Amino acid sequence: MNIINFTPTSAFLGGLIIGLSVIIFFILNGRMIGISGIASNFLNKKKNRIDNFLFLLGLILGPLICKFYTKQQINISISSSLILLILAGLLVGIGTRISGGCTSGHGISGIGRFSLRSIIATITFMIVGILTVFIKDII
Amino acid sequence: MSKLISLICGIIFGIGLVVSEMINPSKVLGFLNFFGDWDPSLAFVMLGALIISSPFFHLFKNNKKPIFTESFSYSNNKEINKNLIIGSSLFGAGWGLIGLCPGPAIASLALFNINSAVFVIAMFVGFYLVKLSDLRTQAR
Repeated sequence: MNIINFTPTSAFLGGLIIGLSVIIFFILNGRMIGISGIASNFLNKKKNRIDNFLFLLGLILGPLICKFYTKQQINISISSSLILLILAGLLVGIGTRISGGCTSGHGISGIGRFSLRSIIATITFMIVGILTVFIKDII
Repeated sequence: MSKLISLICGIIFGIGLVVSEMINPSKVLGFLNFFGDWDPSLAFVMLGALIISSPFFHLFKNNKKPIFTESFSYSNNKEINKNLIIGSSLFGAGWGLIGLCPGPAIASLALFNINSAVFVIAMFVGFYLVKLSDLRTQAR
């Protein structure tokens, strides 16, 4: 293991901003943020549909606002393999609904209130994620 | 008012993903590349988010009601079962393949990236498939 590209300051600062969003949503609206839950409920449930839609809209507006004010490009690099993208998207969609949460729902909201269920979920998806990257590199 | 708060919280969350660079799948894959060139940044994102949110969860969870809605509503499921492990494993595998989880995937639609759009559509198909199979189970 070599440590590279480590950006602790911006990571921690970004984390604080995400935490701020989570806590405002909790205190004011009484809900826990889990993006997979908000997105799938927007699709599948009538309850809170407008709230969920507006949250997702905000999630897309956030990066645009960053771009507008900092005048900097946001660079991302993402696989362009159509098969991998579809397979990964399906796995993420199905997996998060079966387990009831993703990186935000289990990893932040769940761990934040010391839910053992969420701690186990987070450890599981991190281990499997690490193994997937490991195996992918061998193949 | 809750609708405005939802929009604002989405915006703040999206800004957090940009500042932390978690919007970039290759940054996330760096974290998952634990046995290779490891980038621990994602752990610091979670640490930052937890340090600020966790104390407030515990301070406010006994309050009778939130400020703009009638009641607190979130899952209090404590069950540790097969579905939790299977679902988390499937999610982990999909996450490791591309480096996208739901938040960054949706936020990255802002960049008009066709690849993240394909991922998001497949993810929504996944949400829908689970709903269909849930309905079928309930009907039995």
